[in-house]
Order: sequence, then structure tokens, then C-alpha cells
Amino acid sequence: MNPNTNTSGKPGAANGSLSRNILKRRETTLLLLVLVLTAGVALRAPGFVAPKSLLNVVTDSCILFIVSIGQFLVILIGGIDLSIGSTMALVGMGTAMLNQANPAIPAWIFIPMSLIFGAVLGLINGGLVGYGKLPPIIATLGTQSAYRGIVFLLSKGQWVTANEMTEGFRKIPEGRFIGMPYMFWAAFVVGIIALVFMRYTRSGRDIYAIGGNKTAALFAGVSERKVDLVAFTVSAALAGLAGLLYVSRYGIAQNETASGFELQAVATNVLGGVNIAGGAGTVLGVLLGTLFLGVVNNALPVLRMSPFLQMVIQGFIILAAIVANRLMDKRRQRRAEGRGRP
Amino acid sequence: MDDYILEIKGVSKYFPGIKALDAVDLSVRPGEVHALIGENGAGKSTLVKVLTGLYKPTAGSILFQGKERHFAGTVQAQEAGIVAIHQEPVMFPDLSVTENVFTGHLLKKRKTGLLDWPEMRRITLELLARVELDINPDRMVSELSVAQRHMVGITRALSMNASLLIMDEPTSALSIRETEDLFKIIRQLKASGTAILFISHKFDELFAVSDSYTVLRDGRLVGSGSIKDATIDSLVRLMAGRSLDRMFPKRVAAIGPEIFSAKGLSSGRSFRNVSFNLRKGEILGFFGLVGAGRSEVMKALLGLDPLDSGELVLDGRRVRFADPCKALAMGVAYVPEDRQGQGLVLPMTIADNICLPQTATMARAGFVARSKEAELAKEYGTKMEIRAAGWNTEAMNLSGGNQQKVVLAKWLATKPRILILDEPTKGIDVGTKAAVHEFMSTLAGEGMAIIMVSSELPEIMGMSDRIVVMHEGSIAAVMDRAAATEESVLKVATGASTGGAAA
Amino acid sequence: MNDHNTGFVDEARLTKMSPARRVADFLLRWEMMLFFIFIIVFVVNSLLSPYFLDPFNLFDATFNFMEKAVMAMPMMFVILLGDIDISVASIISLSSLFMGMASEAGAGPWMLVLIGLAVGLAAGLFNGFLITKLDIPSIAVTLGSMSLFRGIANAVLGDRAYTKYPESFAYFGQGYLGESIVPFQILVFLVLALIAGLILNRTVYGRHVYAVGNNKTAARFSGVPVERVRLIAFAANGLAAGLAAILLTSRIGSTRPNIASGWETDVIAIVVLGGVSITGGKGNIFGVIISIFLLGYLKFGMGVMNVPGKVMNIITGVLLVVAILLPKFTDSLRARLRAGNAKTRVRDGAKE
Repeated sequence: MNPNTNTSGKPGAANGSLSRNILKRRETTLLLLVLVLTAGVALRAPGFVAPKSLLNVVTDSCILFIVSIGQFLVILIGGIDLSIGSTMALVGMGTAMLNQANPAIPAWIFIPMSLIFGAVLGLINGGLVGYGKLPPIIATLGTQSAYRGIVFLLSKGQWVTANEMTEGFRKIPEGRFIGMPYMFWAAFVVGIIALVFMRYTRSGRDIYAIGGNKTAALFAGVSERKVDLVAFTVSAALAGLAGLLYVSRYGIAQNETASGFELQAVATNVLGGVNIAGGAGTVLGVLLGTLFLGVVNNALPVLRMSPFLQMVIQGFIILAAIVANRLMDKRRQRRAEGRGRP
Repeated sequence: MDDYILEIKGVSKYFPGIKALDAVDLSVRPGEVHALIGENGAGKSTLVKVLTGLYKPTAGSILFQGKERHFAGTVQAQEAGIVAIHQEPVMFPDLSVTENVFTGHLLKKRKTGLLDWPEMRRITLELLARVELDINPDRMVSELSVAQRHMVGITRALSMNASLLIMDEPTSALSIRETEDLFKIIRQLKASGTAILFISHKFDELFAVSDSYTVLRDGRLVGSGSIKDATIDSLVRLMAGRSLDRMFPKRVAAIGPEIFSAKGLSSGRSFRNVSFNLRKGEILGFFGLVGAGRSEVMKALLGLDPLDSGELVLDGRRVRFADPCKALAMGVAYVPEDRQGQGLVLPMTIADNICLPQTATMARAGFVARSKEAELAKEYGTKMEIRAAGWNTEAMNLSGGNQQKVVLAKWLATKPRILILDEPTKGIDVGTKAAVHEFMSTLAGEGMAIIMVSSELPEIMGMSDRIVVMHEGSIAAVMDRAAATEESVLKVATGASTGGAAA
Repeated sequence: MNDHNTGFVDEARLTKMSPARRVADFLLRWEMMLFFIFIIVFVVNSLLSPYFLDPFNLFDATFNFMEKAVMAMPMMFVILLGDIDISVASIISLSSLFMGMASEAGAGPWMLVLIGLAVGLAAGLFNGFLITKLDIPSIAVTLGSMSLFRGIANAVLGDRAYTKYPESFAYFGQGYLGESIVPFQILVFLVLALIAGLILNRTVYGRHVYAVGNNKTAARFSGVPVERVRLIAFAANGLAAGLAAILLTSRIGSTRPNIASGWETDVIAIVVLGGVSITGGKGNIFGVIISIFLLGYLKFGMGVMNVPGKVMNIITGVLLVVAILLPKFTDSLRARLRAGNAKTRVRDGAKE
């Protein structure tokens, strides 16, 4: 079974209030791209579509997906969260050190702990943006540096390695449930909750409203402050969870953990068709964007391409996706105005 | 004593150094349409903001449904039953119609607390049918026309079951038919007991639909009563302290030879096969209902929007304007409709704004020629009688009328041969309106050719030498001022009849 | 404040502020606050370390931040326009890559300079074209090009490095002016700053930049060539990154793919701390210059006291946030200072 179709288990973005046609088109195109890319790679290396390999792609993408959802919320309100990587590192280091110092703590406690820890860090961002009226890019630029510095202070520059973590800790992402690792289920649950939250709760719609037209949203009684707080707190909470998963999966917590992750999270959003200016985008899009990047990243070793090519390929894909999106938008606009091809 | 749904007693709103409202009284009964009249700056929008909870009154009391109310914000006011529809429909372009209607009061399923989209969609469909807007509620608002968006705004207000509905210039974006639909809805609401506070500059509408009126001037109540006892003249006098015929100064001008012509202009769905010519010293009025395509023609002419086909001839030579910059170089200036959004750089000073289009041409080796600019700004600022503390006042601190003057000064300073004005007096008080019209007359008298796009029939009738009437993207008729009447122009504009198409 | 009192009507009568109030108003300006913080940094540093005030040390300290200073100049224009460019550090990487390749092939120092500048300019134009011709938000384009440019360096070099640079090349980044203790880099920066300041404050282009940054639509309607203005800014950013690449590569004498890693955030922080609004339209060069030296000497001072790099990051992060928060208070203070004097009448349509 192709794990890519796991997405069908989630309620599609096409129902509900969103304009069906347009959305259907974009997400379908994305899905097709992912499939085509996978097929393309498989042509050169048939082992790529073996269940184990595809599973690898999916599980590798789980952590990125979790933070991408967080970034999704912030992008929707027209901002950007540059502190995600640092938050991952801080929470990751914190939980790892705790585990190292007190091996008796049952591993599962770390999951809610990482969420709460992350949420606290996110509250700071939310406060700076919501109450201090700081532009999100500035606020998260500041916390990005600050949090990473705190990692250093906390660890005094030391690393926490796999040997120093308990087995239970290391099992957090890897333990199995119905054949899929916990990490996958974490991402799955996050995805479902995100879908329901964004579509079926007032807070979720408020986020779209603020990002779509702030004045109109304020007039309608939406609280900008609340929306800011929610978006940044959730983003950091998810980053905290991702940080825990990251250090436990790779068995190492150090200073440079997850450096640059926030921009990867932006890339998945951009690839997924989320409007960088805010107000438009879907969870499904984020998922597909993440999968796309995941396929690309995993294809490299399979195709025996140098890992040093990863960055340039990623950059190229991001640019290609952005340009393609823009050209499609322009064509759609022209058609709506009744003009033919140029 | 009659049951008033709204009683405003002695309400004042002071800002540091400003009395926006000064002891205003106003009462509205259920089922009554009450017109709120006044120039810009008279205090109408302040009063609306006080009623909807955006401002707290400095003094006075508001009694709503018999109880004294203090609203801490728009949400409280809405929950009490006071809903306002604003001039600019507040919309979310990337969200559906249903969402736009329900944002702020989204419906939840009782059991789960989650949003109930099917129910909201159903209600939206019902309401859309009431306003006779036949669109799919799942469509994104960005795909709708301006008039349709306005109707969605009205649908939204209906969905909130207001007891007091405040409508601020509700028909500015609507066609005649849509306006009639709106009046139908208003009468329905009246019958069901909703009170309506109706703000408009259009006297014919006020007389058609309202029961009573209140006139504000400089924040004070200067007159009120039953609309039956009022005339246009009495209302204008109350508003401005001056009488009607100064609004459209008569024009006398020698009209010269043809300076510009357009043939067969077309652009997508906006307009097709538009042809007209323009002569020196002439004011060519462009009239049409919203959506007729007038502004679109002008913008495409100047290169702001794409032009699919057509020929432009200036001084006998074929030209194409790639952008407003090139148009300006050839002496064609365009004053846009949205003065704040498109006409001014608000944080910049008056002087800098006035000189902006010519900074490059007046510069020496790329460096700004400061003294030359100061002179130019002073010359044109004085000509337009801009009222401000100094030429270095920032544009954002000026009144709407003064801002319009700055925009005009900016373009006049470029000494254009052709001036295109898009709704030059929209949303401006009567006093400044008269000044602008007088100015236009003077310019025409000096030989400038002027194209004036306007939706106000009296303005078009009073100021134009010839009237180009557009209807749904094409020219329906070109009429001489002498031959045209308000009725005949309107008939052509609505497509009810085809007038004589003259060149 | 000039008062033109001939021939027009006073609607708003702003009473002149008393001298005391005007002084207070001036002192509360962003640039002045920055300057105070700068003085504080200097004082604290010199108190904490006897070596700090040595002129030789002070000049030598600038080696660490002149490259960023050079990049901050055109970045100021980009941010004033309401755009952003997060690819500048990656452009350094690309530019340095090509210089390294050329050097291995035997090119002389001036050839290297040419190549460095050319690559930077080309990269900037690449960004600029995508942003202006296709109308794509600058954050998106530079996000992609950031990976693309550094990715190219990664792909070519992997984990190797170019280290063969001609000796004379080292002058740009390491040399001093004649026999003095003033580094050559400072001269480069000062010239650049002078040019940037003149352009911003005195030329048509500078006026256009402010107009576009404040209201792109109004600028376009007023005949400002918006797209060309933006293209020039991004091209200049690329060119400056190329210049910075020359200085940096010459200073450290080698090219690695991770050169200048993370510098984009530093440069942006410098500009924003300097009082330039991230949304565009507001800010001037004096604040940026003060900010350069403030941050530069702050870091240097901390280094002298052996504060670890990461902790420096905390301090700069907090400083950035505090620095932006502070004006929220000072702005309302200044508004109250002015409102206490003004007797202005109703302005309809004005914001509350």
C-alpha cells in the first residue's frame, strides 16, 4: 500500500466553506506533483517505492510537518516565526538534560512537558507581537537569538548524547502502534486537530480573518491580541514537541540542533500554496508541501547524489514552485477578467 | 409619549482641542427611517462610531430600547442590536460569501461546539434570495464585483437581526436597480419594526425613503424634523449655510480644436470598442452606473491596466502610454478616485507630495532641486487655497477636502494639457466641491482639456460640455449639454433607451 | 520648523513649543536614544576592561563588523521600500566561491575584485527580476535564492575549501591605510556610507524610495517607476554583498560554503535597530550608522570579556526587542508633548 494515500484518512479540505473549485485545483496539482516526483525517482531507483522506503519518507517528514503546521498558523496571520528552530533546540535540550539527570521520570511525561514548555516560550512571542505590537519578524528574530543562547547557558556547551538518554526516552519517536512509529501518530494527530481547529472552530476562522483583512476582522469583533497569542503559542508548542522528537530520534541534543528549521517550515508552506501575505492556505497544502520536500530530501541518497546537492535542489524547487504559482495566479486572474492568453 | 428605540440626549465627543460632537440630540422610532445629513467633518461618522461602541461619549447619554447603554466595543453594540453597514464594504477576499456574512457571529453546533457550516450556508442562501443576489455562497468574495460585494455587506447586516441598522452611504457602489432592491429591503425592515439611520449625500434617495431627518454642522445639531416638511434647498442651507446654485458655477468657454481621440479601445470584459474625442477647452463628462467601465477606460488609457486593442491619437500622432510616467511626459495627468490610497503619500509633506511627479524632471544630475520645489509647492498650494499650518505639514493631518486639493495641486503643477479627473468631488463637503468646480471651469477657460468621470448626475449635467454615457462596458451615447436632460441621460445609462450616438 | 505665513489661511494653529519641550522632543528621537545606548556601551566596556579604550584595539575591533556595515547600507534601502532580502549572506558565499575558483585558476587580485562584484551584482539582479517582473513577495524569492546560492557553493565545494589566494589580495580585508592604524575596510565603508546618505537624502531616487515604501500605489499613480526603484535596490544589495565577500574572503583568506553563515539576520537586525521600520517608509541613515557601531562594539566588548558567542546572541536578541518596544513608549510621550501645545481643529477622516 502506498503510504502516500494515508492522507485520504483525513477529511478533505474541499468541503466546508472554502471555495471548492480553486482549492481542489491547487491541492490536486500538488498531489500530482508529489506522485510524479516519486514515480520519477522510482524510475531510476525502483527500490524507492518499496513500502519500507516510502515509510521512511513519511516518517522523515513527520517532524517537519509538525513545525510546518505551527508556521502555517503564523503565516496565516501575515507573520513569520523565525524562532522555531531555537525553540526546538531549547526544549529538546531541556528535556534531554532532564532525562539525563533523572532517568526515573517515565518517558511519556516528556510529551506533554515539551508542549507546555514550548507554549511558554511561544507566549513570549505572542506577548511581544500581541501586546508589544512588535512586527512578528522582529520579535521572533529576537527570541531566535535569545533562546539559542539559553540553550548554551543551560547546557554549558555540553552535548547530550544517545548514551546519556534512557531507552524509554529514545523510544518516544520510535515505538510502534499499528505498525507505524509514534512519531507518525504524533504528526497524524497534529494534522487532524489542525484541520478541525482551522475549519470548525471560531479561533481557527479568526486566524483566517485577521490574515485576510485585519480591519474587517477587527470590526467584526475579532480580537487581534488573542489571535496573535494563539498562533505563536501553538507554533512554539508544536516546535517544542518537534524538538523532543528530534533529539530523541537522532539521539543527540546540542547547540546547533535544528538550526534553520524555521525556514524549512516556511518552504513547506510556500510549496503548499499558503499565501505568504496571509489569509489563505490549507492544512492539506502544508501536508503536501512537506511530503514534496520529504521526497526530494530522501531521493538524493537513493539516487546516489551527493548530500551537498540538497540545498541547491531545495532552493531551486522553492523558486520554481513560487514562480509556477505566480504564473498560474496571473493566468487565473486574466481569465477572470475575460482576457485571452497574452 | 411615543416609544423611541434610540434616544441620544446631549451627546458630545471631545478630542484634545476638537469638539467633534457638541450636545447632539437625536431620536429614532422603531420602523422609522431617519436620515442623517451633513458635510464631511460635520460629525456624522463620529456619531456612528459612538453608537456602534467605537467611541465613548464625553458627555450625554444614549438610551437604546428605553435603557441607558454604554458600549465598550462594536461587539457589545452588535449584541444589543445595533449594526452598521459602512461605505467601504469590509470583506475578506479569500474567504467565501458565507464566511463573510457570518464572521464575528459564526454559528456553532449545539452539541459539539464546532462550527455549523451547513446551517450557515442555508441561512446565507435565504438572505441572498431576499436581496435578490443570485450567487453561490461558496464563492470567494474576491471573484465578485464591487456592487455584489456591497450586497454581501448588506446580507451580513441582515444576518445579525438588528433593531437599529445604520447605513452609511449604502448606495454609492450600487446601480439603479440594486438601489431599488435596497429600498425594497428597507421598506421590509421598516415593516418589521427595524429602525434605520440612513446617511447619504444623495437628496433624491433621502426624499424617497426616509421619514425624518437630522442635520449636523460642525458637530452641532442645526436642524431636524419630518422629511415631508423639507426641501433640498432648505437642507443644503442647513448643511452649509449657503444656497444651491453656487454648487455648480455656470461655465462659459471657447472650445478649440480636437486635441485627443481614442478609437476602438477594448480590454477583456471591462470595456469594448470605446471611441471618443476630446477638444481643447472642453469638459467631457463620463457618466455611467457602477460597472459601466469608465474608470477602467481611463486606467487602461494611462497604462495602469492592460489595453487589448485600440488606438490613441494625441495632437495628431499615434501614442501609447506604457505607464502614468510616460503619459505625464506627454502632458496627460490622471487624478485617481481614491485620494488617500492612490493619490497621496500620507506621511510625506504637502510640498513633497505636490512635487512628487516632477522630482525627477526638476532635479539636477539626480539631486533634488529643493528651492525649485519649494517654490512650485507654494505656487500651487496657494492657487488651490490649501489650508494648513505650513507646506511642511504632513498630508495625513489634513481634512479630506484639503487632501483632494493637494492631489489636484500635484497634477496641476505638471501643467498638463489633458486632465483626467476620476470622481473629483466624491465624499467632499459642499464648500470644497464648489471650489473644485470653479477651478475646473477656470482651467477649461485657459484651454485645458478635461475629462471628468462622475457618478453624480447633477455634477455631470452642470459641468460638462458633452456627456459620454457608458453602459456595461461600451459607449451608449454621446450627448451635447444642450440636448441632454437628467432623464435622458439616465435612460441611456441604464440601457433603457439608446440615445443618439454622436461623435 | 519653517513657517510660511504669506498668502494662505491657517486652519490648524500649532503654537510653537517652548524651548524646553523642543529639547525633550529632540532627545526622545530614535537616533538620540540609540546614541545614548551607544555611549553607555562604551562607558561600561571601558570600565570593565582597561584594554577597551586603546585606539589600536578600537580600530581593530572594526574588522569584525565592517563587512556587515557595508551590507547594511543598501539593505537599508530595501527595507525602506518595505521589502526584505534574506539571501545576502548566501550571495557572499556564491561570490566567494567564484573568487576562489578564479584564484585557483591564477587570477590576480583586481580580477578577483571584479569577479566578486560581478557575481554579487548578478545575484542581486536575479532576485530583483523575479521580484519585480513576476511580482513575487521578496521574502519568498529571497528564501529560495538563499538556499540556491549557498547550495551552489555547497554543491561545488562540499567539505573542501579554497585557500589559495594571492598575497596582495589580503590587503582589502586586512590592510591598513598607509602607516596608520586605520583599516582599509573603514575607508571603504565610509565612502559607501557617504554615497548612500547622499542618495537617500538628496536625490530623486531617495525621494522615490520613501514614496514607494510608504504607499506603493500612490507612488505608481504619481509617475514613480516603482519596479525600477525596487530592482535597483536589490541589485545594489547584491553588489554590496559582493563587496563584503571581497573584504571577508580577503580577511579570512579562504572560502568555505558556510562563510558568513547567519549574517543576513545580523544585517537586518542592524538596520531595524537603526530605526528603519520593517514595513517601510520610515528611517534614516544616521540611526543605521549608530546601530552598526553600537552592535559592533557591544559584541567586541563582550568578546573581550570572554562572553561566549551564544550568550552574546541572547543579549543582542533582547536588545533588538527592547529597542523596538521602547519607541512605543517614547512615541506616546512625544505625542503628548506636542498635543499639549497644539490647538488644532477637527480634521475629518484623520485617524483617531
